[in-house]
Amino acid sequence: MNLSFQLNGKPWQLDCEPADTLAEVLRNQLNLNGTKVSCEVQVCGACTVLVDNVPVSACTYLAYEARGKNVLTIEGLENPDGTLHPLQQAFIDEFAFQCGYCTPGMIMAAKALLDEKPKPTRDEIIHHMDGNICRCTGYVPIVAAIERAAALMAKEKQS
Amino acid sequence: MSVEKKSDFHVVNHSLPRRDGRVKVTGKAQYVADLRLIGMAYAKVLRSPYAHAKIISIDKSRAEAHSGVYCVVTGYDLDGINPYYGHAVKDHPLLAIDKVRYAGEAVAAVVAVDERTAFEAVELIDVKYEELKAVFTPQEALASDAPLLHQRQFEAGALRGFEGEVTAGKGTNICQTHKIQWGDVEKAFKEAAAVIEGDYYFPMTYAYAMEPYVAIAEVNDQGVTIYSSAQHPFMVRHDLKSVFNLPVSSVRLIVPFVGGGYGSKSYTKIEPLVAACSWKAKRPVKLQLTVEEAMLTTRSDDAYTWMRTAVDKNGKIIARQAKILMNTGAYAENSPLVVEKSTNRCVGPYAISNVLIENSSLYTNTVPASSYRGFGCAQVTLPGESQIDELAKKIGKDPYEFRLANAAKPGEEFFPGMRPFDGTLKEDLDTAAKAVGWGKPLPKGHGRTVACSGSDAGAYPLTSTAIRVHADGSVTIMTGSTELGQGSHTVLPQIAAEELGVPYEKVRVVSSDTAITPYDRSTGASRTTTLMGSAVLEASREAIQQMVVMAADVLKVKVEEIQTVRGGVRCGEAQLNWSEVISKFYALPDGEVIGRAYIRKSGRFSALPVFWEAAATACEISVDEETGKITMEKLATVGDVGLAINPALAEGQDLGAATMGMGIGLFEELIYEGAQLMNGSILDYRLPRFSDLPKEVELHLVQNQDGVGPYGAKGGGEASLNSMAANIANAVDSAVGVRIRQAPLTPERVWRALKEKKGR
Repeated sequence: MNLSFQLNGKPWQLDCEPADTLAEVLRNQLNLNGTKVSCEVQVCGACTVLVDNVPVSACTYLAYEARGKNVLTIEGLENPDGTLHPLQQAFIDEFAFQCGYCTPGMIMAAKALLDEKPKPTRDEIIHHMDGNICRCTGYVPIVAAIERAAALMAKEKQS
Repeated sequence: MSVEKKSDFHVVNHSLPRRDGRVKVTGKAQYVADLRLIGMAYAKVLRSPYAHAKIISIDKSRAEAHSGVYCVVTGYDLDGINPYYGHAVKDHPLLAIDKVRYAGEAVAAVVAVDERTAFEAVELIDVKYEELKAVFTPQEALASDAPLLHQRQFEAGALRGFEGEVTAGKGTNICQTHKIQWGDVEKAFKEAAAVIEGDYYFPMTYAYAMEPYVAIAEVNDQGVTIYSSAQHPFMVRHDLKSVFNLPVSSVRLIVPFVGGGYGSKSYTKIEPLVAACSWKAKRPVKLQLTVEEAMLTTRSDDAYTWMRTAVDKNGKIIARQAKILMNTGAYAENSPLVVEKSTNRCVGPYAISNVLIENSSLYTNTVPASSYRGFGCAQVTLPGESQIDELAKKIGKDPYEFRLANAAKPGEEFFPGMRPFDGTLKEDLDTAAKAVGWGKPLPKGHGRTVACSGSDAGAYPLTSTAIRVHADGSVTIMTGSTELGQGSHTVLPQIAAEELGVPYEKVRVVSSDTAITPYDRSTGASRTTTLMGSAVLEASREAIQQMVVMAADVLKVKVEEIQTVRGGVRCGEAQLNWSEVISKFYALPDGEVIGRAYIRKSGRFSALPVFWEAAATACEISVDEETGKITMEKLATVGDVGLAINPALAEGQDLGAATMGMGIGLFEELIYEGAQLMNGSILDYRLPRFSDLPKEVELHLVQNQDGVGPYGAKGGGEASLNSMAANIANAVDSAVGVRIRQAPLTPERVWRALKEKKGR
């Protein structure tokens, strides 16, 4: 079946099977391997991407459901001039990852939060991020990174 | 080796940003799951539904006739290779042969044009089994009428430097036994002023590396090439060499970034199977397990421990005795070493003059157990540190003071025959206790504890490296250490930059390609900073020595006239940086100098363990008496790391380890009901999440430069896990007065214990 959608700000058209998940299309057809797949049952959050600004698990979200929508993956987050999104920079600055396998999903989930709530409280961060598992860090540096990014984005907005 | 003062460092001991930062936050970091080779096929595995059964027949004709299938491989298609592997003993067939030994064991593999086709064809394989009696616990495996899991005599694997003799395959279900003994335990217990005795259970746990096991193999005339998520490519190479009967040089393991290991990717897992698939299908083959399949591949050893500990009238611990039964599952994997380590780790970090520890691991019809962060230590630290608190309570002492009074002291040879203790437990315990407000009043229902761990690191000193200094002054480190997230790609460049005086940003790491990077035994047991770090330091210094000779040649002076300065050399007025030395030597701005280092069990690495891995953790919890639910109020970790090459990374390791330990203390447990693993999916296996993180966290490092590694560094990253389950059990006792001798302390267990106490 034919699928057309906006992917990281650009229009895309491709053929896919009805059973193809968004993660399969992104990884296998489009070579966008930044979206990681782990649990495959929508529990770990590693495959989180944004569809019309809402975080979804690409491992179970059928590709055709994205028709006509805006899909944003980790590959679309970097600015065209190569500078990083404040969340990406904050994850580096706060050592908010180790193996890095959960990181793209973590950053996309956090982006959805900050887009909706630019100044989240610690409890709001924890509540929003509870669907993303990290096995390496113990979460504390990830919370710090999201707080740092929020402050950075607020500052950017002011200037 | 003289140790430089902390204040003198330019690059090390600074929390520089990770070298793998940018690729990991942009989604560009490549893991094996992301790789594809031209002409690559995909494999899927058929697994046994039975725990123990004879294979009567396998009919693969329908699967082989399925469109898109290249071949179907079974244990009966392996003539021409040696299908049994294992680094301790070769007890593990790459596909079941004659019988299956656990529910979930690989029986056949389909190789097809894509994963979906392979998956469809797996359903078309018809296997007839004859069910056999099965055993699931060590106690059942020891019974006189227990069925024997393994009938063969095993060949030994590549595990060298192992102190004991592997006992597996001697006509019983005993996989490994280990015993340590000194003093006179019976006499000491008779003379004791107080004794605590109890039975403890530490559960089976699953490491959940978020990247499940994955490998791509290509077997052809050149030999065997495998891209794998393995932690120890050189150990896996040895298994593959033996399966295919090839010279070492014909087997190449390549490991890109690994998506989490925690010991679960130690040693060989699916590589022989995927290589056999490639060999049969005559093309590259990729096999990626699902998380559910990964849970059927490796778990930690669960342990039943009977332990007793005695004190004299002065509060000095005088004796400890334990009998441990560990459940290694269907195959030995690394359990022989886990048994040895858990036996030793019953003692530390206390100086006890009478000790008797007897430990056995048993084959059972369950998922094979192997390494898990801290191998064997958490299993015995639950009883060990529980008994310290129980004893302190019994004799009316503060458990923190009681620990201080008995902890091994710096330089003390508290474990006969082993390296004297190289940590500072007093400072570790002080720091941890202070962080959680030791001694201050607590609200009702709250408990506060401190615990410690000191384990004989399993790191065996056999490591080599090459450092290439290029003509522009940039540097490439060739290392066999794998980047699992622990930060080897950051720490090793920091050491090279410190020594060579080149910018940190100009040092790049090439890692874990057995055809290119020099031999490193493994990436585990907290060894990389200490052993590979030492190799990088020595290789950098060796490169400098070579460049001094080159500089003398270039400047036409005697070598003795050359003086080294940071980043180069000086001779009178002339000063040359490394780029100038190399360029002038070759008379072109090209070429390089290769520094080398070989670390072996000699010199400062001759005494084992190469270091004691020491840490203290402390926590405050609250218990909801209505529900039994535990809340983590505070957590403090103290890593006794000698010197942190990158303090932020060292603290991150401690917090990650403590969080895993907290998970085991609170809710992580693989549950078997009969033959079946009941919670073999992330839907059912409860892991720590954001909402579980302690309300307050403090991370501390103790840096006395007392290790044998670079600048006095030693390993970390396991020890904060080890004491957490005991910490939580002790805190529950302190909060609500119930003693639970089993992990995890689920709300149900706490609630039942409270109910039982009220009923008394």
